Amino acid sequence: MFGKLGLEAIPYHDPIIMIVAVAIAIGGLIVVGALTYFRKWTYLWKEWITSVDHKKLGIMYFVVALVMLIRGFADAIMMRTQQAMAAGGAAGYLPPEHYDQIFTAHGVIMIFFVAMPMVIGLMNLVVPLQIGARDVAFPFLNNLSFWLFAAGVVLVNVSLVVGEFAKTGWLAYAPLSGIEYSPGVGVDYWIWALQISGIGTTLTGINFFVTILKMRTKGMTLFRMPIFTWTSLCANVLIIASFPILTATIAMLTLDRYLGMHFFTNDFGGNVMMYVNLIWAWGHPEVYILILPAFGVFSEVIATFSRKRLFGYTSLVWATVAITLLSFVVWLHHFFTMGAGANVNAFFGIMTMIIAIPTGVKIFNWLFTMFRGRLQFTSPVLWTLGFIITFTLGGMTGVMLAVPAANFVLHNSLFVIAHFHNVIIGGVVFGMMAGMTYWFPKAFGFTLDEKWGKRSFWCWITGFYLAFMPLYVLSFFGAVRRMQSYDQAEWQPWLLLAWVGALVILAGIACTIIQIVVSIRDRRKNADVTGDPWDARTLEWATSSPAPFYNFAHLPDVTSIDNFWEDKRRNGPNSHLSEPPYEDIHMPRNTVAGPVLGALSVVFGFALVWHIWWLAGVSAVGLFVTFLLRVFNDDIDYHVPAAEVERIEREHQQRLGVQA
Amino acid sequence: MKKKYLAFIGLLLLVLMLSGCEAALMDPKGQVGEEQRTLILTAFGLMMIVVIPVFVMTALFAWRYRHSRQATYTPDWAHSTAIEAVVWFIPLVIIAFLAWLTWITSHSLDPAKPLRSEAEPLRIQAVSLDWKWLFIYPEQGIATVNEVAFPTDVPVHFQVSSGSVMNAFFIPSLGSQIYAMAGMDNDVNLIADEAGTYYGRSTNYSGAGFSGMTFDAIATSEEAFDAWVEEVRQSSKTLFFPEEYKALAEPTRSHPVEYFSEVSPRLYTQILQSFHGGKPGRGDPGEQDGGQENTRMSAEAAE
Repeated sequence: MFGKLGLEAIPYHDPIIMIVAVAIAIGGLIVVGALTYFRKWTYLWKEWITSVDHKKLGIMYFVVALVMLIRGFADAIMMRTQQAMAAGGAAGYLPPEHYDQIFTAHGVIMIFFVAMPMVIGLMNLVVPLQIGARDVAFPFLNNLSFWLFAAGVVLVNVSLVVGEFAKTGWLAYAPLSGIEYSPGVGVDYWIWALQISGIGTTLTGINFFVTILKMRTKGMTLFRMPIFTWTSLCANVLIIASFPILTATIAMLTLDRYLGMHFFTNDFGGNVMMYVNLIWAWGHPEVYILILPAFGVFSEVIATFSRKRLFGYTSLVWATVAITLLSFVVWLHHFFTMGAGANVNAFFGIMTMIIAIPTGVKIFNWLFTMFRGRLQFTSPVLWTLGFIITFTLGGMTGVMLAVPAANFVLHNSLFVIAHFHNVIIGGVVFGMMAGMTYWFPKAFGFTLDEKWGKRSFWCWITGFYLAFMPLYVLSFFGAVRRMQSYDQAEWQPWLLLAWVGALVILAGIACTIIQIVVSIRDRRKNADVTGDPWDARTLEWATSSPAPFYNFAHLPDVTSIDNFWEDKRRNGPNSHLSEPPYEDIHMPRNTVAGPVLGALSVVFGFALVWHIWWLAGVSAVGLFVTFLLRVFNDDIDYHVPAAEVERIEREHQQRLGVQA
Repeated sequence: MKKKYLAFIGLLLLVLMLSGCEAALMDPKGQVGEEQRTLILTAFGLMMIVVIPVFVMTALFAWRYRHSRQATYTPDWAHSTAIEAVVWFIPLVIIAFLAWLTWITSHSLDPAKPLRSEAEPLRIQAVSLDWKWLFIYPEQGIATVNEVAFPTDVPVHFQVSSGSVMNAFFIPSLGSQIYAMAGMDNDVNLIADEAGTYYGRSTNYSGAGFSGMTFDAIATSEEAFDAWVEEVRQSSKTLFFPEEYKALAEPTRSHPVEYFSEVSPRLYTQILQSFHGGKPGRGDPGEQDGGQENTRMSAEAAE
């Protein structure tokens, strides 16, 4: 009846997990209670859950990402504490079986359920506005992508309380992840969480690729697109090209585990090297999916706050395209030590280094954007400057790792850990924090508190250096990744330092939470009435804040890069996009199918994890029927009457008038 | 007050840095490691040519062109062919040089390449098990667990495989690591030019006992090595395939050092073949006298 699932699947014996579970339960009850008490269920359902509005989906992605950041960071601090304790033969407080789940969960959560939704969330919020579109090309698909992603999040979190998570490392290398060496349900949770959310990501990639290519407003040629849109376009090309590899690889691992096949087993013709190759053929483009949009954020921020055109726009675009292409011919640098031979290793090493050239060019483009500008030290600018320094350092250690003969001693060591946190924290996290601060007023109509934003930045950057520089040092002593304990007592001071660094980063996260709370409290004082609080350059600032659900009353015409900025200089700050006469606007309807498909996916994944075959069958039929109902539903769009547009635009103009 | 605090942190960092001079990778004990240290430092130095200007320009431009200072302001200046040429060209030259260095060193430091030496190389077969290292000395007919010894100044040819999941064989003080994969034979050639006991371990996560998957690599004089071999030969334990091997291969954590005075003559090959689904593998990695051995293997497999 319940497959492998029994009461023993709940880890009663583990106080840490039980306390967390109780805390989640209490938190959940409070949220449910509050929603009921304030009668917000209908609002939640109509305005958010079923919404196809790209801006609301973007906000939801970001909210989930921030919650999961806390979860992923809890894992990080537990690992740091364990390593700070378990020196010279000491066991620490986490047994290997628990510690191994934690580092796996940390990696999986931070990449798939924090970095990815932040990047996709920002793309959702910003890209359609930047290209002057009313929504994405496939609004229903966009909602479905979010709910498939959310289904993955739910499955990962369920694994905390029911059963276990994978103990394999975040990429679940075969044969360790095969049924022979990982007979538990941990890897199955990993499989279904990634498989379901991965399909959502693929759909997002297709959606935004089509949106950017087909839905740009009049006059916006490719080489007039804002850089953030360019980097998003390239990231989506990478999603479309690489995520199917992940899906196929996980599918083959699934066949190994569920049907006794031998794609990646040790014996019977299985090839573990094939798994490692395939997973990195996806995995390397994946890091560029994360970093390219962050590059886009920095480009927008640095031009806006230097009050100057972005230096070398064309150069930046081609550098981005070059990185996009090169990212597919470097995957082998993750395993030079497999023994592929000198020619193969040298090829992939050199291809990897070549990426440093366009990346270096980008750095100089940002520097020369500041040159002879009027740089305002707002918190997005601080994140950008911190990024330039930190990312340059991380890029340098990346090139060191790319030299195969040097990689033979650095591989799998803490050097690798320090390197990728160097580029992911210094690049992606800083980029997303800058992006969040920069576009927050567009989403909510008020700016974020600067004081707490700056505090967050200083904590993050100090904490980062404290936490990860010691790891670079330890790698030279032969310290490797994923150690639950170690014999060398002399390593302990460094790991204590790293632990302090993690605490400082924790303070940074706390500052961000306080920043959001304080900003909501002061929302009237910090209101963005004009829709253009930073005197910015791109189209998203040409409409009111928060943007109306149809984005623009009139779709803008574009004649140059930074069209909005030039428009302001010619015609003054008053936006003509809000002026009458108004017309009916064609918009997509909300969807029930998206959240239903998401919820059924959770059931489907859970049933497969626990081998509850009847439930898997029922939910699969449910998924199919829901899908069919959606396909045959013709009532998916409507026209917003001109009068309604007029009412909304009038309100905006009144607010402008009051301020004036 | 604050300054004193900073000075203390500075001092602490300095002490920690100095201790870094004794780091395994910066103080290698063999030719491979030495060349890798030089390579790491060269790559590091080369990249400083770009990294330092970036740091300086970031600080300088941010400070000089801050909003309150009202320095020269050119809001529409966004292109300069000269600057573009320089920022593409300098990284290009550095990377071109690094690429050349990469090509050369990928070949010269290829782990599979035998080291040039007067001395006859010693062959040791390292097999990763859950969670320990089995070292087989095919010429001496002995085996050990979690301890490997070899003479200094003699090139050691490690053949590396796995009896379980993927691991990686690494002695940081001596240089290159290599993956250990079931059913596959990998090679790494190392040499020690200084006697000592070096720390070795698996670097590739392999499950619950991974942290304890360490071993001692003892580099000694020729005489001391012979004495060590004798000591191993005195052991009462033997390691014959399959029963004794299978018993050893059972998962254990922080396994103690063990000596085996006698082993199956083709133990390494048998471990590899045990992952070939009963089919003969290509060649016979455990033996160096090829042909004859292979036919015998196939016959055996066919039974």
